[in-house]
Amino acid sequence: MSAESVSVRRGLYADSVTLMQMSRDLGHADGVTAALVAMATDLNLDVLRDLGFSQPETTSANDLVIAVRAHDEKTLVAAIAAAERLFDARQRDQGVEDDRRVPPRTMSAAIRAAGPGVAVISIPGQHAFTEAMDAVESGCDVHLFSDNVTVDQEVVLKEAARQRGLLVMGPDCGTSVIGGIAVGFGHTVEPGPVGIVAASGTGAQQVMCLLDTAGVGISDVLGVGGRDLSEAVGGRSTLTALTRLEADDRTELIMVISKPPSPSVAERLRVFSAGLRKPVEFALLGYDGSDLTAATERVLVRLGAPVPVWPSWIAPTKPVAGAVRGLFCGGTLCEEAILVATPRLGRIRSNIPLPFDGPLGPSLRAPGHVMIDFGDDALTRGRAHPVIDPTLRNQFLKVALTDAATGVVQMDVLLGHSAHPDPVGELVPLIVGAPRPIVVTLVGARRDPQDLGSSAYRLRSAGASVFTSNAEATRYAVSLATADAAR
Amino acid sequence: MTPPRDGARFFTAGIDVLADALIAQGADVHRVEWKPPMLDTERDLAQVMADPRRVPANTEAFRRIASTDAYLIDVLPAGSALGLSRGDLLHAGPPIDWERASGPLRGALMGAAALEGLAARPEDAVSLFASGKGYSLEPTHHYGAVGPMAGVVSSSMWVFVIEDRASGRRTYCTLNEGLGKVLRYGAYSPDVLTRLRWMSDELAPLLQQAVRTHGPIDLRAILAQMLHMGDEGHNRNRAGTLMFLRELLPDLIDSGRPSSEIARAVRFIATNDHFFLNLAMPACKLTLDAARGIAGSTIVVAMARNGTDFGIQIAGTDDEWFTGPAQVPVGLFLGSYGPDDANPDIGDSAITETAGVGGFAMASAPAIVRFVGGQVADALATSRRMYEITVGEHPMYSIPAFDFRGTPTGIDVTKIVRTQILPQITTGMAGKHAGVGQVGAGLVTPPPDVFPKALAALACRVPASARLGRPVSGGNG
Repeated sequence: MSAESVSVRRGLYADSVTLMQMSRDLGHADGVTAALVAMATDLNLDVLRDLGFSQPETTSANDLVIAVRAHDEKTLVAAIAAAERLFDARQRDQGVEDDRRVPPRTMSAAIRAAGPGVAVISIPGQHAFTEAMDAVESGCDVHLFSDNVTVDQEVVLKEAARQRGLLVMGPDCGTSVIGGIAVGFGHTVEPGPVGIVAASGTGAQQVMCLLDTAGVGISDVLGVGGRDLSEAVGGRSTLTALTRLEADDRTELIMVISKPPSPSVAERLRVFSAGLRKPVEFALLGYDGSDLTAATERVLVRLGAPVPVWPSWIAPTKPVAGAVRGLFCGGTLCEEAILVATPRLGRIRSNIPLPFDGPLGPSLRAPGHVMIDFGDDALTRGRAHPVIDPTLRNQFLKVALTDAATGVVQMDVLLGHSAHPDPVGELVPLIVGAPRPIVVTLVGARRDPQDLGSSAYRLRSAGASVFTSNAEATRYAVSLATADAAR
Repeated sequence: MTPPRDGARFFTAGIDVLADALIAQGADVHRVEWKPPMLDTERDLAQVMADPRRVPANTEAFRRIASTDAYLIDVLPAGSALGLSRGDLLHAGPPIDWERASGPLRGALMGAAALEGLAARPEDAVSLFASGKGYSLEPTHHYGAVGPMAGVVSSSMWVFVIEDRASGRRTYCTLNEGLGKVLRYGAYSPDVLTRLRWMSDELAPLLQQAVRTHGPIDLRAILAQMLHMGDEGHNRNRAGTLMFLRELLPDLIDSGRPSSEIARAVRFIATNDHFFLNLAMPACKLTLDAARGIAGSTIVVAMARNGTDFGIQIAGTDDEWFTGPAQVPVGLFLGSYGPDDANPDIGDSAITETAGVGGFAMASAPAIVRFVGGQVADALATSRRMYEITVGEHPMYSIPAFDFRGTPTGIDVTKIVRTQILPQITTGMAGKHAGVGQVGAGLVTPPPDVFPKALAALACRVPASARLGRPVSGGNG
């Protein structure tokens, strides 16, 4: 003869982990055969049904259900009383304080409670402008990780920020480092004299990691978003960022990393920079045949710091006749590879728009040289950025390695905060015994959580050639492809 | 791990991995529990957020709501105060005709028709109203007035006159009849009409004399104090009523009227816990009316129900109403009444919530939560939740349980649409059939869709210079 009870308590709430623990403890009590303490969500009501309990009277997902089945009435009453005691204790502990733990629902509510700071927004793009405006109006700088923000919205947002002396980093801003804290994809590096204004996230990551290798630290990395130096946006965030770094005591030299700006914005930027006390070094990708490594070296020279040999670990390889297949997580690294490789390889197809390349269809396949940015908007819709989850990129790696047309595979691995906890661990099984040479750009700093040294070692041990400079990696990949062609 | 160099504070909305990485670096991280806004509102939201007039307009709207005076200066017949003729009838909420009127509104109109002699008996008024001729029916709000529940005002009823002394603007409200079988809940039996006649013939003139002798009474000062005494100014007005009576008592006694007449008046007021509601409401309306017509403002200046529709008005959209179906409140019922007997939400009394008291100050009136079988923590949580959808904290009305934090004031349409948090209203419940009267009291919210409607109208009014183009796909330059 067993006894059971299903009761509903309104106005009680506990998180699911707590409730699962309670259910478990209650279910393990002597004489209790089944127990569920749960919020009355559809899912939990299904669980209740599966346990053979009757359904409670009308509930909402905010009600708490206590269901117990026991060998006898006495055990049942004792078990329910025990559950109630747990809740009474929780209520007493939390009392009036309880509702204060309810997290704020908007940027302004959070900022009103804590005082201004930096808002980091990574919600879906169609909603991002609203939340970002709210943050700016509440006196915060904004790091806008979200993409799919319109140019109109970007201009309005940046103008609102400019009028308040605030900085909008983004949209589609992957990286910034503020007061030593890396936001988005970034690295922990030593404090130092170089302040970076970056319209390119992975470009900034490459530069800060090369500087880290050279023993030169950074003050801040202020992302501005890939469109900031366009005609429409007019460099609003870049100018604010330059002003910030000019006023920042830690910064001795300012580096601007971007694609070539529109001519009128370039002129404004040139005039503005000339008026600053601090030297400004421009790394404008594809503008003068330069690359990120060369720009970093110019910075080191200006600072009087020695230019190191950029570490690389080249695996013994046998070139294979075929095309270069570039599989990138970092958009700027992909773009830089195309810019560096094109003069030697000729036409390279890609999914990122460049004036002289051929567009790539949605299959991302083409017979010749191909370089793919897996961080492109079209490829991140409905899935995480490949720096966080490289699954899609790694699937293409398998395909590229078995494709008879492939001569060499070039790819990037980005370490650092917010990135996959061990991207190399994911890659190694795919690389070992690969029939074609693999060239990897490893972007990482010495204190990254994934461990730069071991990441390089494992890649090299698996048979990949590893470079810390993306430009050098590209030249090497090209040399493999062209060496074979010349033979 | 190097500590952050200048103690930067971060607020995160979106993917957890970014917040987790900041925390792992030792940063001070405040997570926003972001959820998608109401369905299909993102474009209107973006457009309204892009309006450069919005922030200054809302700041000004809040300033006016928070700083406008509200003094009781007189008690007058509605006919002369509002310019109503015998056949002119006012009702609570957005505009409605007899055809669509709910039971309690019909009952109140029938009672008022009999009171004014438009029909011999309330029942006889049905054909008059159905004919559509011989009377006019308009919202109280269009006359600077507010009325609880059915909110019916006719020319022979008397009204409190509330004035903002700085501008001379006025608002009006009838005198509260008490609870149970009363006109505002749709009852029209002979005792209801007898009470109304006594109020017009004896109570109101006596109050007029006392108020005139006393001089202007600061209603906001009473509201501020009652929030510290367990009232919230909408469904609980016990302390406010007693403070009002205390204020006026010497002048009532000194009025020279017969002591029996004074005793009747005092007994009536002292035993009607809601007497002050009809002063709180016009005081709230006066402060909110000050914010009307501020272009670009997204602040709600009226929430009102006629028993069929729930309507809101916005500071930035002039006198346009945005309406949706009124909801049935959840709460406790009198005697043997139950949910099936209740009419959908009715009355102008949500003007109190709009002004930052009522449900928004529920934390000041924990007794209110017993209407829904809740706990004191629910009252605290409710008030705290309302800060999410308001732009400011009232400088005069404060909540002891929150260390005297100002009440959440200035409801922002954009914040409601973004958070899907609806304004919490505490309310009485009328029987759904004419003539029944009050059946209970409880809690209710507006129909959610009125807010996207208002937002769309605000988006349409954004000047051309601030218009956003259509979204472009891709967008990665």
